[in-house]
Amino acid sequence: MPPATGGGLAESELRPRRGRCGPQAARAAGRDVAARAAARNPKRPARGSRRFETASRWALLALVTLLSFATRFHRLDEPPHICWDETHFGKMGSYYINRTFFFDVHPPLGKMLIGLAGYLSGYDGTFLFQKPGDKYEHHSYMGMRGFCAFLGSWLAPFAYLTVLDLSKSLSAALLTAALLTFDTGCLTLSQYILLDPILMFFIMAAMLSMVKYNSCADRPFSAPWWFWLSLTGVSLAGALGVKFVGLFVILQVGLNTIADLWYLFGDLSLSLVTMGKHLTARVLCLIVLPLALYTATFAVHFMVLSKSGPGDGFFSSAFQARLSGNNLHNASIPEHLAYGSVITVKNLQMAIGYLHSHRHLYPEGIGARQQQVTTYLHKDYNNLWIIKKHNTNSDPLDPSFPVEFVRHGDIIRLEHKETSRNLHSHYHEAPLTRKHYQVTGYGINGTGDSNDFWRIEVVNRKFGNRIKVLRSRIRLIHLVTGCVLGSSGKVLPKWGWEQLEVTCTPYLKETLNSIWNVEDHINPKLPNISLNVLQPSFPEILLESHMVMIWGNNGLKPKDNEFTSKPWHWPINYQGLRFSGVNDTDFRVYLLGNPVVWWLNLLSIALYLLSGSIIAVAMQRGTQVPAEVAGLSQVLLRGGGQVLLGWMLHYFPFFLMGRVLYFHHYFPAMLFSSMLTGILWDTLLRLCAWGLASWPLARGIHAAGILSLLLGTAYSFYLFHPLAYGMVGPLAQDPQSPMAGLRWLDSWEF
Amino acid sequence: MWGFLTHPVVVTADINLHLVALTGMGLLSRLWQLTYPRAVVFDEVYYGQYISFYMKRIFFLDDSGPPFGHMVLALGGYLGGFDGNFLWNRIGAEYSSNVPVWSLRLLPALAGALSVPMAYQIVLELHFSHCAAVGAALLMLIENALITQSRLMLLESVLIFFNLLAVLSYLKFFNCQKQSPFSLSWWFWLTLTGVACSCAVGIKYMGVFTYMLMLVVAAVHAWHLIGDQTLSNVRVFCHLLARAVALLVIPAVLYLLFFYVHLILLFRSGPHDQIMSSAFQASLEGGLARITQGQPLEVAFGSQVTLRSVFGKPVPCWLHSHQNTYPMIYENGRGSSHQQQVTCYPFKDVNNWWIVKDPRRHQLVVSSPPRSVRHGDMVQLVHGMTARSLNTHDVAAPMSPHSQEVSCYIDYNISMPSQNLWRLEIVNRRSDTEVWKTILSEVRFVHVNTSAVLKLSGAHLPDWGFRQLEVVGEKLSRGYHESTVWNVEEHRYGTSQEQREREWELNSPVQVDASRNLSFMARFSELQWRMLVLRSDDSEHKYSSSPLEWVTLDTSIAYWLHPRTSAQIHLLGNIVIWVSGSLALAIYTLLFLWYLLRRRRNIHDLPQDAWLRWVLAGALCAGGWAVNYLPFFLMEKTLFLYHYLPALTFQILLLPVVLQHISDHLCRSQLQRSVFSALVVAWYSSACHVSNTLRPLTYGDKSLSPEELKALRWKDSWDILIRKH
Repeated sequence: MPPATGGGLAESELRPRRGRCGPQAARAAGRDVAARAAARNPKRPARGSRRFETASRWALLALVTLLSFATRFHRLDEPPHICWDETHFGKMGSYYINRTFFFDVHPPLGKMLIGLAGYLSGYDGTFLFQKPGDKYEHHSYMGMRGFCAFLGSWLAPFAYLTVLDLSKSLSAALLTAALLTFDTGCLTLSQYILLDPILMFFIMAAMLSMVKYNSCADRPFSAPWWFWLSLTGVSLAGALGVKFVGLFVILQVGLNTIADLWYLFGDLSLSLVTMGKHLTARVLCLIVLPLALYTATFAVHFMVLSKSGPGDGFFSSAFQARLSGNNLHNASIPEHLAYGSVITVKNLQMAIGYLHSHRHLYPEGIGARQQQVTTYLHKDYNNLWIIKKHNTNSDPLDPSFPVEFVRHGDIIRLEHKETSRNLHSHYHEAPLTRKHYQVTGYGINGTGDSNDFWRIEVVNRKFGNRIKVLRSRIRLIHLVTGCVLGSSGKVLPKWGWEQLEVTCTPYLKETLNSIWNVEDHINPKLPNISLNVLQPSFPEILLESHMVMIWGNNGLKPKDNEFTSKPWHWPINYQGLRFSGVNDTDFRVYLLGNPVVWWLNLLSIALYLLSGSIIAVAMQRGTQVPAEVAGLSQVLLRGGGQVLLGWMLHYFPFFLMGRVLYFHHYFPAMLFSSMLTGILWDTLLRLCAWGLASWPLARGIHAAGILSLLLGTAYSFYLFHPLAYGMVGPLAQDPQSPMAGLRWLDSWEF
Repeated sequence: MWGFLTHPVVVTADINLHLVALTGMGLLSRLWQLTYPRAVVFDEVYYGQYISFYMKRIFFLDDSGPPFGHMVLALGGYLGGFDGNFLWNRIGAEYSSNVPVWSLRLLPALAGALSVPMAYQIVLELHFSHCAAVGAALLMLIENALITQSRLMLLESVLIFFNLLAVLSYLKFFNCQKQSPFSLSWWFWLTLTGVACSCAVGIKYMGVFTYMLMLVVAAVHAWHLIGDQTLSNVRVFCHLLARAVALLVIPAVLYLLFFYVHLILLFRSGPHDQIMSSAFQASLEGGLARITQGQPLEVAFGSQVTLRSVFGKPVPCWLHSHQNTYPMIYENGRGSSHQQQVTCYPFKDVNNWWIVKDPRRHQLVVSSPPRSVRHGDMVQLVHGMTARSLNTHDVAAPMSPHSQEVSCYIDYNISMPSQNLWRLEIVNRRSDTEVWKTILSEVRFVHVNTSAVLKLSGAHLPDWGFRQLEVVGEKLSRGYHESTVWNVEEHRYGTSQEQREREWELNSPVQVDASRNLSFMARFSELQWRMLVLRSDDSEHKYSSSPLEWVTLDTSIAYWLHPRTSAQIHLLGNIVIWVSGSLALAIYTLLFLWYLLRRRRNIHDLPQDAWLRWVLAGALCAGGWAVNYLPFFLMEKTLFLYHYLPALTFQILLLPVVLQHISDHLCRSQLQRSVFSALVVAWYSSACHVSNTLRPLTYGDKSLSPEELKALRWKDSWDILIRKH
């Protein structure tokens, strides 16, 4: 899979170093190999021949892959009950198998893949996935877990290859792979039906293929170049299709591409036409291709989910008409609004519902004591209103009158069908939003006063056109006070049956809260048309589902009095997540990073910043250094810089997010941080060894350092492996527990 | 030495009359009829109350910005001899005669006036022509929004002043750097940059953006300095050290100084006390200090205490209980223990008193000598007035069914024993045997039987609980959260043996003697933290707007309307300047990218020095616009048009730079240059015309007829007030 020669790190500076350092190092290794070969991993072959080195790379890759798969698939079937978020993602996998429509804040690809894996492995979608702890019993869940573990297992080999390419050092690559393989957090996260292994797989795949295509830079437009470039695009689409966190890796690839193009642009030997080719190739592979794939996943998503399900209510009326089983599906109603029509009015803001009224008054002391008007999420007879002319009370359904359509700008009256009261507003403050006016039901049998008159307006329309059912976005403007009918989205107290507040807002800002559409429409005098005519096109569906997802993400706000995970907790491994089990008799799994690995990563970031800036300043001062050191500094600055950028891009944006955050959000950043650790320690040890001692001794110091890091990581994994593979017995607070000595922080709860 | 005997003493003064004239015009435009209108205009109602607090030395907490801005305004009040007696409650209210309106508005107006000559200087220091510099100043002079904003008791003009001062002094410093590093003027301008930056940050948090920009520019210049191999290592180190001190240390120290002065000035307790911790309140004169002086420090078995929730959200409150019991069956059909309610109550009340009891003994008085309670001790909490002890058990809490109900135990003689043992955990302990201290210790109560933690859930109880806040036992306590932490606020050693006697004792006030001090850093960090996390509920405002509307001036704010006529003050920009500013920015960006790409292909359109000038001007002006504008897209608070003004100032600085560049480098012939100059003159006259047309709305001095007002409503979204007769 990797090109055997490896190539340079995109830049020519590195190649001379390899030319000098490779054989030297090999020679050095050759001299004392007999003494040390037994003590060391087979990192370096006995003779420095290129063929042997290639072979050892492959062997190590195989070893890393094998170890990674072995750890991920070990005891995969335990515990045989739902753990943590499996309850969501497993359920969504079942929805795909059952083809019922649902709503989730993440894009569909990850859940679709889970569903597919379940389908292929013979899961029939009948398990309910109700709450964590429910037993799977006879249901086949191993296919889905196995699929996630399969993708999760590739993280270590991918990281190995990436670091190998960035640093040209087997020991750095091996160290990175060990850190990831032996991290209990990555292991736990890969073993369950979750989106994270899928997401991390695509992120690492994108990173790997980006690095690979960078190293093909000396052979542009060759087959491997095209292959890696388009593979980058595919992985980007995958990452974004699983979670919006994929945007960060897109950003990273974008920045890398810009830097790459800038470098090419400065190369005066390239003609502008060649530049144009380079640009077009990148636009095609990194923008057009991912967008097309991303859109395709949504197309599949909408095609598969064709039945009405729990997600309907989040979407607009027109959207719901697509879903079989929904009452709007295949319905036929009159197209244009006319006087005398019985209608339901739905707010365009997500999760607000229908304009509603009922035979209950506002309580004493809250505005005028008139009938309540609210919004209500469910379908109900009390959602029905009749459109009447403002000045006559004659029944427009009388067959002797001709049909008169309602037009943009008309003054109308809305009469509540069940109670015959008019939609009314006046200068009393609304129950919850004090700056708005109260909206009530007023009048007897449709006779009220001038405060019942509303002007109906279609948003973005100038002329007196008819108003379409479902499609027209309308605003109702109160004639006397000039305010706009809207819903604040706040929940009324007990007296209002916990429905949502309706107000008349004097602020004429156009927000979705004050825009409505007509959903049901009954008028015997008008011909019905099939709603299929009104069905939204695919781009509209795509846009709407993104709006809903963004709204859903913003809606995940932490509550004031709850403990929430903060981004600064994450790198210090402050607190984990309980995957399964609470009490000492339960089978407990606790998502927590291997503290040795994580704290080493943290230390490495600080050390990197320190050494990186020292080297950068020294270079800027023009200090003369031997070629060996210059080469190593280049690896540190360029290779390390690239993964450091990845870490920052996957970590810092979380500080700006207002939504609820969880510990597992840090894991993509942790992958980059582990790669940085690998590169840093290898380079630093080489630098130290070079500075301190003669060649054979230098090799020894370097090897001993790397080996002790590897062994330390492995030993810490041995200590902490019960976190991932499950613990039974007393809690760690209890001195009798096998984990008793390992609760290094009070905030860990295993 | 005796030179003056042989040579005449000569003083030569260079006076730049342009500068003088610009300053004069600036002063005239900003100070003219400053006391008009003699009524509260828009946000004066907001800042005015803080000025009054300063005058009366009453502590307040305002989350809108650090205290320096408020102090600048208060300085005006101090100079004018304001006594703080004015009720700031309504926009449009007439000022009473004791309010020195002129001096209150003077400082912002001066800041606004001085921004005009500063714009001139900045463009000069960027090495653009004298003509461009005058142009920049003249644009600042006639920009209506800047005039309106600086003639009132508002902070934007002061912020803009310090932003510009920071840029100007950095440029002066940078130009000194080439000729005479480490000279006196070099030090002066470098220090002034740091001072101006911290003043800008001290006025509004927004100032941070300009500060960051200056830091980045300084860092880039320092990086070039490091690369300069003609300098010795020691010299480079000195350069870096000087910059670090001036641009990092001085601002930090000054920022602390603002808070120091703020806390020195405001030593009396006031309306915002309750948000602060007990320890903080105790440091204010007349607040909690009055009550807590002379309290015993160490809580002992038998102590009578009130327990305040440290979290204090949604409102600060004290652990409370009363005779009423939980309803047998809740509205949703769930059952309760029907025991006595325990709540959190936001007011001082005799029912907030609890007695710390040793579970092994019976008496409720402090023995002599007192036996202190320490971290890890087992305690019972006995409610003072009802003598029932705090209890929790495996019954779902009324509003948060996942947590346990907390009650005061009533023995109904059913098989539900009391579970009233709590283990005390001092959260901020230094050692594991630390003694529980009044006010200072933050403690958690962990239930011994169920290991639930006493927690304020934040939910309001329904009517049966008198809308007080719910207190629960949190079983799965996920780490440290302030809602599970309590502290002792009022405290005394109980002496009464009998219940009747004790009730009388609880009702009597606490005795008085010494005071307790909190260090400045502790007070500073608490105040700063509260200011940052305090969320004022998102108030929808009639004139709020979104950042996108600012660039095109699609929004306006009505500041004030004359009570009888239709004279009004309206925050409206000079649309010609706004539009051309945005155009200039776009042209700059495109030209910059074009030059950059061509330079990369080794085609140098501009000579090196012109290119460097062009880049520096862009970094400061276009960069200044970007950092002062773009972050608003990420903010969730209510935004107004005036938030855009700092960004606008930078755009105005960029305008003449771009114009001169076009004339110098893009106009090929003399003819083109003349035509271009004529166009610029025509454009400027139109800007003057617009400014003059909008003048009645800027100064509010002239009442216009409804027709004239309608004619001024150039955009539908401008909300100019028109009286209906």
